[in-house]
Amino acid sequence: MIAVASVTPTYYLTLAAALFTIGAVGLLVRRNTLVMFMCIELMLNAANLTFVSYSHALNDIGGQVIVFFTLVVAAAEVAVGLAIIVAIFRRRHHVTADDLNALEG
Amino acid sequence: MTAVIFYICAVAVITGALGVVLAHNPVHSALFLLVTLVSVAILFLQQDAALVAIIQIVVYASAIVVLFVFVIALLGVDQHETFDEPSLIQRPAAIALGALLLIQIVVLAGRHWATGEHSVRGPLSAPRSGNVHQLAVSLFTDYVWAFEITAVLLVIAVVGGVALARRSGQRPSRPSGASTPGAAPEPADARPRSGGAS
Repeated sequence: MIAVASVTPTYYLTLAAALFTIGAVGLLVRRNTLVMFMCIELMLNAANLTFVSYSHALNDIGGQVIVFFTLVVAAAEVAVGLAIIVAIFRRRHHVTADDLNALEG
Repeated sequence: MTAVIFYICAVAVITGALGVVLAHNPVHSALFLLVTLVSVAILFLQQDAALVAIIQIVVYASAIVVLFVFVIALLGVDQHETFDEPSLIQRPAAIALGALLLIQIVVLAGRHWATGEHSVRGPLSAPRSGNVHQLAVSLFTDYVWAFEITAVLLVIAVVGGVALARRSGQRPSRPSGASTPGAAPEPADARPRSGGAS
């Protein structure tokens, strides 16, 4: 039986910190640009979880509005980023980050 | 009950996140990302964020993950990624930096979480109107300028995505039905470039 203490905002914030850390480490260790993008999504989700946790803790709607904007920015980022990945793939035929070491196309 | 749900979702979140990082196949990474996103949506629901949870499911778990899977299907699974690092120091350094980041966030900020004024922008849900109503009121009064900027941002992003995807497509007609499943994607627009890197 789990010691069912009341779940305080600290629990959520610690979980968000762990999620952010996993995303950051994944961004550093992976080479596939698609997986790196997914790690960025993990970090954005950790930030969203933090916003919602504070919104709940402070009973303030502002945090949820910010999450809304974060989602929009994430959607825009994914659209542009995946277009860039497709454009890179057309030139290079693979999307490993180690190969992208020159600014020319 | 809330604690049980929290622990289940927390385990799912961490498992999915680790799966994204550790899975060799990008498709598996995308599916693990889906696990994480849905679990985070449940955690949103736990914290009276109903609309945000639904948007998380619709936008993230549907649109963005499907976009990822679609791009993976378009490009083919990348087999070039090697998991043995060229430099020995990078992976331990990354993990050490990650641990340092976690310790910083949890220990240094752990003593003084949520402080501040309550309900500055309004409460989460009013007695006679729910969370969606409160969110909409706040979004279209306090944050209406940011909301309009968001619309501009989305238009720019979509136009930019289309421009990036179409830039090298100067040949108007490409062979239709060329993409057979399983075959490598047709490099229709790859121009031979001399001397790529270094």
